[in-house]
Amino acid sequence: MGQAVAVEARNAVKEFGAGPSAVRALNDVSVSILEGEFFTLLGPSGCGKTTLLRLIAGFEMPSSGTILLNGQDISYLPPNKRPVNTVFQSYALFPHLTVAENIGFGLQMQGRPKSEVTATVKRMLELVKLEPLANRKSSQLSGGQQQRVALARALAPSPKVLLLDEPLSALDLKLRKEMQIELKRLQLETGITFIFVTHDQEEALTMSDRIGVMSAGKLQQVGSPRDIYNKPVNRFVASFIGETNFLPASRKGSSLVLAGGHSVDAPAGGTDGQHVTITVRPEQVRLVDSAESGAIPAKVTSLVYFGTDTHCYMALADGTEIIARLQSPATGEAGLAQGQNVALRFAPGSVQVLGD
Amino acid sequence: MSPAEETQIAQSARNGWLLATPSLIILALAAVGPLLIVLVYSFLAPGEYGNVEWMFSIDGWRGILWTKDIFDEGKFILADAHLTIFWRSVKLSLMTTAFTFAVGFPTAWFIATRSPRSRTMWLFLITIPFWTNLLIRTFAINEVIRNEGLLNTILLKIGVITQPINMIYTDGAVFVGMTYVYLPLMVLPLFAAIDRFDMRLLEAAYDLYAGRWQVLRRVILPIVRPGIVAGSILVFVPALGAYVTPRILGGGKNMMIGNFIELQFGQGRDWPLGASLSILLLIVVTAALLLYVRITGRESAHG
Repeated sequence: MGQAVAVEARNAVKEFGAGPSAVRALNDVSVSILEGEFFTLLGPSGCGKTTLLRLIAGFEMPSSGTILLNGQDISYLPPNKRPVNTVFQSYALFPHLTVAENIGFGLQMQGRPKSEVTATVKRMLELVKLEPLANRKSSQLSGGQQQRVALARALAPSPKVLLLDEPLSALDLKLRKEMQIELKRLQLETGITFIFVTHDQEEALTMSDRIGVMSAGKLQQVGSPRDIYNKPVNRFVASFIGETNFLPASRKGSSLVLAGGHSVDAPAGGTDGQHVTITVRPEQVRLVDSAESGAIPAKVTSLVYFGTDTHCYMALADGTEIIARLQSPATGEAGLAQGQNVALRFAPGSVQVLGD
Repeated sequence: MSPAEETQIAQSARNGWLLATPSLIILALAAVGPLLIVLVYSFLAPGEYGNVEWMFSIDGWRGILWTKDIFDEGKFILADAHLTIFWRSVKLSLMTTAFTFAVGFPTAWFIATRSPRSRTMWLFLITIPFWTNLLIRTFAINEVIRNEGLLNTILLKIGVITQPINMIYTDGAVFVGMTYVYLPLMVLPLFAAIDRFDMRLLEAAYDLYAGRWQVLRRVILPIVRPGIVAGSILVFVPALGAYVTPRILGGGKNMMIGNFIELQFGQGRDWPLGASLSILLLIVVTAALLLYVRITGRESAHG
């Protein structure tokens, strides 16, 4: 896997409409996506992730800024001139063509010789395990099969970059899980750079090499799934990916003082007396003996049983709400009851200070 | 199958026929009956003053292509005047079909890609010509293009021409008239097909290296083909049998099959020939329709 940059967006801006009513779908986004990488653009609907994808595909042109492919400016190149292919959310298979003809379409349009088209189509059918359906019309396929055809069709011309626009959102849960593994396998087998757009944080975490979290037309954070989950830079990223606790605190030396006066260990940095928000994942909240040093007293407000774990909702003395995700013991009962007084601690290194 | 079930199925089949009975009676009386008479007449001999002699003859059918040699009793020569009329009919109908498609396709595309609200308005506008009688509309064209008509008067007034351009009573006039009359019949089925077309396929095709023409030829046209076939049949079939338009805009010289048939029942006083021509036209039209059913049927069998 090379470390060369495959796709780069430089200060990309996209506005729809004109004048004062213009909507800025993409607001000054700069990002570098590496060759052979599985890169995911993650965010809620309307965050600009699909707009960025469409700029890379060539369906939209940037209002300002540049899109580069292997260092070359492709901002205003039409889609049929870009070695980039897309797997559409709706699949957009050609209904008048067979599975094999759909897969061969791109190669044919490129004017590749017939023998090459036939051979590549055959290889692609094997890759997505659809050989028996080669001569079916696309309308005679199930959703999962259509998905595979769409993938094979986009991969057949060996694009430099494959764009995937929420391709799994129309599938049911079981099929979606299967396709997640399938997609990852295809990406590793072909070595092609995948840019995957989704609003599903779990999908992003399980499949990606790196994730770019987007919100309100801006890229909030780019990093590995672990970085994004464990070291969110702001409140949006922390709350969009997984569940989390937010607590107001202020800095005092190398520690942070919570509203109730208890102090917790914190990563270094910042100035004394600065008011910050800290975040701790629910699974990093531990219930401890109240006599232990640094233990913070709390009261259980409710308990929700989830099978593998139990969510314990608590309130600190100052009223701050906090959730702990406790592993369910084999006996079933966690030995907790609503209204019970408990004490908690945050696992070492689990506290993150948010930028805003 | 239980007896009760059988009775129920038989009954519902009977009810289905019962519902169709009124229209079947009308069709039998108004279409099949007269058609049979026409068929029978085509095999009879012409009467002296029109009508028919009740005597079997194939002269009517032979008369389609051959006519009696007036200098040599019993000898037949090829009727090239008839061939000219057939050729003109087929040529003008094909030209009309091709031109209404060339003009109608962009129009249908335009309408289908409007917002639902303005789409309704455009479709409404397309149907306006249907509100007036065909005869009146054709005379209106006549008023515009005849030698002392609107167009020539204006051109003369502004000095573009010094002599009126002879447009009326030409094949061109018939072509223009038929194009105008049949254009909506092309636009509407094309619109219906384009309206169902998934515009996202355009992006998919562009994405897969297709240029504009390739997108049109390889994706749009094959998918909207049922609409193209339907529109072409709807234009070609009535154009082939057109009567009013060639009569008013083509005059007596530029006849089409429809006028030729009428002539046999009137001045020509050769009812068997007129009947044979009518049946021939019916056969040609039926063949065209069968072809249409076969093409679209094959398409839907594939999915």
